[in-house]
Amino acid sequence: MMAYNRCVGTRYCANNCPYKVRRFNWFNYAHNDKFDFNMNDDLGRMVLNPDVVVRSRGVMEKCSFCIQNTQAAILKAKKEGRRVSDEEFKDAVACAAACGTGAMVFGDVNDAESDVTKLSEDKRVYRVIEELGTKPNVFYHVKVKNRTEKQA
Amino acid sequence: MSHYESQVREPLIIGHKTYHDITEDIARPIENKSGKLWWLAFSIALVTFLYGLGCIAYTIGTGIGVWGINRTIGWAWDITNFVWWVGIGHAGTLISAVLLLFRQKWRMSINRSAEAMTIFAVVQAALFPVIHMGRPWVGYWVFPVPNNFGSFWVNFNSPLLWDVFAIATYFSVSVVFWYMGLIPDFAMIRDRAKKPFSKKIYGILSMGWGGKAKHWQRHEELSLVLAGLCTPLVFSVHTIVSFDFATSVIKGWHSTVYPPYFVAGAIFSGFAMVQTLLSVMRKVMHLEDYITRQHIELMNIVIVVTGGMVAVAYLTEFFVGWYSGSRYEDFTYFSPGAAVGPYWWAFWALILCNVLIPGLLWIRKIRRSFFWTFVISIVVNTGMWFERFDIIVINLSRDYLPSGWTMFMPTFVDVGIFIGTNGFFFVLFLLYSRTFPVIAQAELKTILKSSGESYKKHHTEDDHHHEH
Repeated sequence: MMAYNRCVGTRYCANNCPYKVRRFNWFNYAHNDKFDFNMNDDLGRMVLNPDVVVRSRGVMEKCSFCIQNTQAAILKAKKEGRRVSDEEFKDAVACAAACGTGAMVFGDVNDAESDVTKLSEDKRVYRVIEELGTKPNVFYHVKVKNRTEKQA
Repeated sequence: MSHYESQVREPLIIGHKTYHDITEDIARPIENKSGKLWWLAFSIALVTFLYGLGCIAYTIGTGIGVWGINRTIGWAWDITNFVWWVGIGHAGTLISAVLLLFRQKWRMSINRSAEAMTIFAVVQAALFPVIHMGRPWVGYWVFPVPNNFGSFWVNFNSPLLWDVFAIATYFSVSVVFWYMGLIPDFAMIRDRAKKPFSKKIYGILSMGWGGKAKHWQRHEELSLVLAGLCTPLVFSVHTIVSFDFATSVIKGWHSTVYPPYFVAGAIFSGFAMVQTLLSVMRKVMHLEDYITRQHIELMNIVIVVTGGMVAVAYLTEFFVGWYSGSRYEDFTYFSPGAAVGPYWWAFWALILCNVLIPGLLWIRKIRRSFFWTFVISIVVNTGMWFERFDIIVINLSRDYLPSGWTMFMPTFVDVGIFIGTNGFFFVLFLLYSRTFPVIAQAELKTILKSSGESYKKHHTEDDHHHEH
């Protein structure tokens, strides 16, 4: 969980992260000539997603599982008075939605019917540095080797 | 005679002084103009301070990216310097408070300057939590103040917040204790002042001190109360600072030996800084009769003892790291991996400066030598800087996942800010040495008749008379 607005930028969270997935905004990357990557003029800024806040200098950020999109899906379902379908969640997260081979799947683990819940109950599940007790939301499946034996 | 001192003890005030001599010796640097040496030192300190200030302004204006830190090593010189300065501060409080409660009379000629050192060191330390923030302009959010965000409170679970409380308490209590002790001495300057401006300023500062018996009685009671308050601070403040590391999950940081280890290390480096400052001060301000070989020897003994505790903590870290059998412990700051890895030079600097060289203080001749005391004190402070650097940078650079392993390289801004804080410290200390009585002369006078050289000689003759 990351709240950009409250971050004062001590970088203590990044030091403590054993996965080192937190990224700090070292400089002002927008409206700054020294970083000429689409953020310096109005035309270039059209590349940016209008629904996602541009983090200021001195703020820590990390993957939020496209929280803006997932929250929008939840809100839409709430307004229509129905549950969020698994398909909607799968499309909400950009990386999982883009993945053509199904290597990355996102969903609601509280929903017993969703694909991601079924995947999390597999015997092949492991989490990185599990022994630390961090209980990360990202889990992996152990690669199956010796396929002929398994198929037999 | 209020307290009896054995003839075996060395005199704490040498040179056949009287009460008036003490007054004159301590007031002289304040009343006279300062020499060329003071101005030279002050100019260098001021220039360094201003350079550091410029570097800080550059950092706040442009971003933390101007430092050498990266996404793996989020803290380096900033927090190393913070812990270094806070640690240095601990000696002054120990000398003023703990040694008062232990009735160690030898503290009287050193406590004023040691406390000044503490306060100026804490000022330097307090800079770093502010400037190391990515957004220091909202830094006030760490304070639990009612606000418009539905009264959004701070995260009390965070050790960074405990730091805020610890450092704030430490600074405020130290300032009160120091100031209270200064009141009779300011009154002494006020009473001797010839220029009306001087008289006015010292008059305000001495708060109407009249030197009456009732005033002294209240002063002593208050000293004891404040000493009682400050003593737990000596142990708690650096314990809280150690919690920044000890409560994390990072290997090398997550270690229960940190609280006593950090406290011992703080006293170790603090006393070394006191030795450095006093060695120069006693020569330059002609206070050789008050800061004697006995004083520096006793301080060196404290250094050797606390240095020994630090060495034991190193051995503990090494042993427990090995005994745990955990592969991650092979790369922590005090492990075989550190000794031969890319930061081997920082590791061996630590061993040399904190374990080997202070070991020389076991030799009586060396711990009674002014020259070697000065040299070793600087080595100890260098070693303690390296200790904090090693703990922070080596542990972060060799974390759990090798994909994140990287090196750290300081930029000129990192170095500039550190040198700037040293400059700021000396600006404050040099100004203090010219305007404040640098020795607690009122306190010192209370032991003249028991520990002064001429009085001790007199007692020996008296004793001989009584025997016959």
